[in-house]
Amino acid sequence: MSEETKEYAYFLGCITPNRYPGIEVATKKVFKEFGIETKEMEGASCCPAPGVFGSFDMYTWLPIAARNLAIAEEMGLEIYVTCNGCYGSLQEADHLLKEHPKLKEKTNEILGKFGREYKGTTEVHHSIVIMHDDIGLDRLKEKVTKPMKDVNVAIHYGCHFLKPSEVRGHGSSETPYILEDIVKAIGAKDVDYKDKLMCCGAGGGVRTADTPTALEWTRQKLVSMIEEGADCVIHPCAFCHLQLDRGQYEMNEAFGTSFDLPVLYVLQLVALAMGFSEKELALDQQTTKMPEKLLK
Amino acid sequence: MGTLVEDLIEWGGGVLGEEHMETLMSCVQCGKCTGGCPSGRITALRTRKLFKMAQENMVEEIFNAPELWYCTTCYTCYERCPKGVKCTDIIRTIRNLAAKAGHMSVPHRKIGVYALKTGHGVPIGPDQMKIRESIGLDEMAPTTQKYKEQLEQFQTICKETGFDALIDFDWDKMNLKE
Ligand code: SF4
Ligand code: SF4
Repeated sequence: MSEETKEYAYFLGCITPNRYPGIEVATKKVFKEFGIETKEMEGASCCPAPGVFGSFDMYTWLPIAARNLAIAEEMGLEIYVTCNGCYGSLQEADHLLKEHPKLKEKTNEILGKFGREYKGTTEVHHSIVIMHDDIGLDRLKEKVTKPMKDVNVAIHYGCHFLKPSEVRGHGSSETPYILEDIVKAIGAKDVDYKDKLMCCGAGGGVRTADTPTALEWTRQKLVSMIEEGADCVIHPCAFCHLQLDRGQYEMNEAFGTSFDLPVLYVLQLVALAMGFSEKELALDQQTTKMPEKLLK
Repeated sequence: MGTLVEDLIEWGGGVLGEEHMETLMSCVQCGKCTGGCPSGRITALRTRKLFKMAQENMVEEIFNAPELWYCTTCYTCYERCPKGVKCTDIIRTIRNLAAKAGHMSVPHRKIGVYALKTGHGVPIGPDQMKIRESIGLDEMAPTTQKYKEQLEQFQTICKETGFDALIDFDWDKMNLKE
């Protein structure tokens, strides 16, 4: 990508703006440093969550997602997201609607009730792909003022960023590389651990219906990170952030454990490495606390 | 109404494509999906068994099986199935049919209530508004929860598709009936 300014519509979803706005701020700040401007999507809604609303009624899931896509189309912009759920939902809906003209027609009958139309003129990107592919690792390295030396990072991919790989197109879901590359570019070390590719346990309505089960799932994953000496866990998904961060408080309450493994959206760790402060990124206002190692 | 397999192909096929759904018939019960399923480690969910039950038209047993709702939709099984069975999407479609047949838990229906009231499955609260302001953001993002006319579009979709009836929503109380 050239050095000139590029504009995107930021699809916020629910968890980012309504639970962890630090993710929103970090992404906007980092992107601005690289000449990427963010426009708000007025009137956007829940994506809606693919494993939740997609599980309840896919005929409701699709037009809601299409309406969100139509908002970006009206702005004439492509979309970026900071949540795997949003990515999964919007990208899958866009894919289905582009593939099946009849489905598009039916969907537009509903959107037409309030004067909107899905045309198929936008694209859905994950913010970490913009970081990795468009900004690129070389330009990222140039902006790192506080390299994350001696920091062991456990990478958690979540589900819908990589899978289904036939739609996502980020290579094999068994051998991912994007977050590993970003972690190395900011001077940190990625540590391999037993359950690296396991999901966080919250998706598909499991957290909603049975929180203790979702927490047990997350607990097993955290233990395997800690066993390998992780100083923090990074991820590309606001919903995973909720489960991993808030979940540690919940599991300490429920199981009498004392977990305190710092959780960061990957661009929050990048922002720290670029010199932004803990406070600016709201990392002092979540459950897990940031250690000195990440802040100095 | 046909067999469960026919219903799955019809319902799921309308959105995901019939070929996608027909992959259910390619399942040879090898168990690779179950071997990698993180849910199966700690819950009774056995994907292999679920697909066998679906092929054998065990409708009531599937719709009443609590484990149907213990899949996080992580897509591990979907990625690994050697026969190309679109496992996760088949599970999502079975859930759609189960929900239509009245098998939807109260917590799940309540997520629907949040959505119908705000356009968000997870709406904002006062604490988060303060955090937003402390880092230089508007107290509320410019979404359906801020603009009534935008929320009405979201609600129109849910009325058109019958999502309100699916969760038994009462528009007067703006909550679940009963
Ligand atoms: S991996 Fe595929 S073929 Fe094997 S049991 Fe599971 S769904 Fe059937
Ligand atoms: S998508 Fe569901 S059934 Fe498949 S591996 Fe993941 S949790 Fe198990």
